[in-house]
Amino acid sequence: MKARPIVWLTWGALIFFMLNLVGIVGAVVTNSFAESWFGTWLPNGYTGKWYGEAWRDYRLLDVLAVTFQVAIAVVVISVLIGVPTAYALARRNFPGKKLLNVLFLLPILMPPMTYGIPLATVLYKFHLAGSMAGVIAANLVPAVPFVVLTMTPFIEQIDTKIESAARMCGANTVAIFTRVLAPLLVPGILAASILVLVRTVGMFELTFLTAGPTSQTLVVSLYEAMSSAGIRPQQMVDSMAVIYTGSMLLLLVIALRFVNPTQLVTRLKDPA
Amino acid sequence: MTALPSLRDQRSLERASLKHRLAEKGVDRVLWLLVPGAVFVVLLFVYPFLYGLQLSFQPKGGGNPFQNYITFFSDEYSAETVWITLRLGLPAALFNVLASIPIAFRMRGRFRGKRALTTLLVVPITLGTVLTAEGLLAFFGPTGWFNRIWIALGADEPAKLTHNYWGVLFSLVITGFPFAFLLTLSYLSGIDPTLEQAAATLGASKRQRFRTITMPLLAPGLAVTFCLSFVLAFSVFPSAVMVGNPAGETHVMSIAAYETALRDNDFAMGSAIAMLMALVMLIVIGVVLIWRTTLYRGATGGKG
Repeated sequence: MKARPIVWLTWGALIFFMLNLVGIVGAVVTNSFAESWFGTWLPNGYTGKWYGEAWRDYRLLDVLAVTFQVAIAVVVISVLIGVPTAYALARRNFPGKKLLNVLFLLPILMPPMTYGIPLATVLYKFHLAGSMAGVIAANLVPAVPFVVLTMTPFIEQIDTKIESAARMCGANTVAIFTRVLAPLLVPGILAASILVLVRTVGMFELTFLTAGPTSQTLVVSLYEAMSSAGIRPQQMVDSMAVIYTGSMLLLLVIALRFVNPTQLVTRLKDPA
Repeated sequence: MTALPSLRDQRSLERASLKHRLAEKGVDRVLWLLVPGAVFVVLLFVYPFLYGLQLSFQPKGGGNPFQNYITFFSDEYSAETVWITLRLGLPAALFNVLASIPIAFRMRGRFRGKRALTTLLVVPITLGTVLTAEGLLAFFGPTGWFNRIWIALGADEPAKLTHNYWGVLFSLVITGFPFAFLLTLSYLSGIDPTLEQAAATLGASKRQRFRTITMPLLAPGLAVTFCLSFVLAFSVFPSAVMVGNPAGETHVMSIAAYETALRDNDFAMGSAIAMLMALVMLIVIGVVLIWRTTLYRGATGGKG
């Protein structure tokens, strides 16, 4: 009974947080549909024209195409590099394993800005910055360790006896990988890929530091649009922000179908 | 003729045994799978980082290798960025962790709509810093909904919540809270509920159970959560530019590093600031992790 006030306080704070959140999102969405809105409770008319204008003016089709290409490339490459690494790390104990583990942990632990600036410097030196390849390379830096980190526990829980049994039945290494391990790994790979996809689409700093005018992803061109506001009406920037959030929300809903976010850390079975 | 084959046998035996010995240490063909990953991390993370480190000791104008660092700390405007960053990052991370404890506590176990509520709490991740900034400007702005309600409730003048410290702090809470909450929830659901039930049968009250059982077990996880939240808050860049006051009150280290490196094209100085960022971050995380070990040991000792 003593805990009562704390319970109410918790829910109250949560509701206050949610109300503010709804207000924040609502203000942007409302403004993106507003004819004009200045100093009143609600705008004095609604229109959908800003979406069309934003789509044309910011060449969102190109931007979305770039975003899509970068994200897919990052997902594919990070899975191709990360899954074999995770397999070796999960199955073998070898000298220097600790060091390698730390090296794969650091890019996730470091704020992107700290290694992003030296990385951008190196990429500029090799004339990679500003191109799509540079943006993909920069985004791979946190993506590969992320795949390794999520896949290692996943592989650890696959019984090694299955592999041994397959080998006893005459399967060679290639067959073990393609016909035994791959099907078992598909759910994990899918979960890791979707999370990498969400992270890459949302990654601002690294893309911002390395992108050129033709290799901007949606977040970066949204930022550019916002910081050069004043030329174009605010509603256009807002409708672009709504498009960005809409696509992120779609990705996240898909992601939550495949992954239970609370199981990423402990892998403990949640009864719910 | 008999000596030669036996020698060859011996050699092949030695080779086999070397292979065997290595395999016992875990070194065998499987390790080739590590090569792409290791090459990748060295090429795109270690090399740039070391390159940046040595570049930071080669100031643009030449001379003293420590010149960049001396310049950074002797110029009050840039030296202050360290405190500005800490003043934003530490409270934001602390708030996110502390706020997620009671909420995660309520979310334990199963109840109707748990999945929906979790999804709702995770949604802010999708907002991204830019929409959050835009929304904060509109919602908390002088003529925004928040201030309209604020004035309707009887305040004399609108609260100033954007283009200053508070705007950035709010945006850090909105983007950082979901992460902290998810981590705390997963650590909390990793604690065996039977431990608490056992304590309850021994007559421990709710508060006692929380203080002597759940909290000590949760604390190490909270330390990690705090570290990750701090890293997120520490690299604040877009929101500090958009909802903050990037030239003054929220002139954080990442803004200083970006502006020096890519706007003024002084990559050496920019790298120096980036290295200092990494250093400050490592110090904070190190302190928390050291505190974590003492905390955990003390808690288990108390229980025994």
